[in-house]
Amino acid sequence: MKFAVLVFPGLTCDLDMYYAVEETVKQEVEYVWHTEADQLDYFDAVLLPTGTSYGNYLRPGALAKSSPACKHLQAFAETGKPVLGVGNGFHILVETGILPGGFLRNNSLKFRSALETVKVENNNTVFTKDYAKGQTIQLPVASDFGNYYADEATVEELKKTNRIIFTYADENLDGSISAIAGITNDKGNVLGMMPLPERAVEEIIGGTGGTPLFHSILNNWSEQHVN
Amino acid sequence: MTKVTIYVTLRESVVDPQGIATTDALQKMGFEEVKSVRVGKLIELEMDGSEQAVEARVKEMCDELLINKVIEDYRFEIGEVAGK
Repeated sequence: MKFAVLVFPGLTCDLDMYYAVEETVKQEVEYVWHTEADQLDYFDAVLLPTGTSYGNYLRPGALAKSSPACKHLQAFAETGKPVLGVGNGFHILVETGILPGGFLRNNSLKFRSALETVKVENNNTVFTKDYAKGQTIQLPVASDFGNYYADEATVEELKKTNRIIFTYADENLDGSISAIAGITNDKGNVLGMMPLPERAVEEIIGGTGGTPLFHSILNNWSEQHVN
Repeated sequence: MTKVTIYVTLRESVVDPQGIATTDALQKMGFEEVKSVRVGKLIELEMDGSEQAVEARVKEMCDELLINKVIEDYRFEIGEVAGK
């Protein structure tokens, strides 16, 4: 299986994502610079790392829309192949309209770097099959715009269609509506999440709460490619 | 040259953490009559084209990039750039 780590200017945690793929599923992984995103077709999954794309000017993730990569990313998402956006990568998915909603400043008005207890609300997705439903895992967060917002109708729709994949289990310190930590698109092949699974793939640093996510993506791909 | 001033505010339904913190600060400083603060953004553009011509383009820019309608509302004013 071939993973692409799609990098926009200012996304700084591309190495973490690259390393997580090597460490967990040990598959082929390549960096794709945003101006080369016309090559995305070659890959089986696209990973959007976190960081501060375009300095987070205007709104986090917004200026990424000026890159032609967004059209290629949209087309890739429409093929049904998995796309994972974490942290600022989630901001980009929301700003490009691939996922619904928007982000507000954290209620604390502070950049928050912490280990969160995250609940797996739906384990019937490409990304969460290797978790148990209702399982709680420890994942780090690191953002000052972790406060997810969508209007009531959108949140109802997300709930009804089981598209809220992760929630904050203990405290919802950033103020996300309905304690949302991660959602998918209607097809279920695009996941955006604020907690950072790629920073939790080793027992000695941050635990292994993120490891099953990468295995889920690979296992799902393997099932589809048995022949 | 036409000048466009875009006022961006958080939608009514959206809680504004910056506004809440600022309300609190003002009240602590003795401005007890302040009941609510909402913090927004001001975007100024200088554009080629007549006042009539730019309006549709500004709406497009707001829809495509400048505003996220999930969290923000906006209005804009169009005028002449002074001295140009």
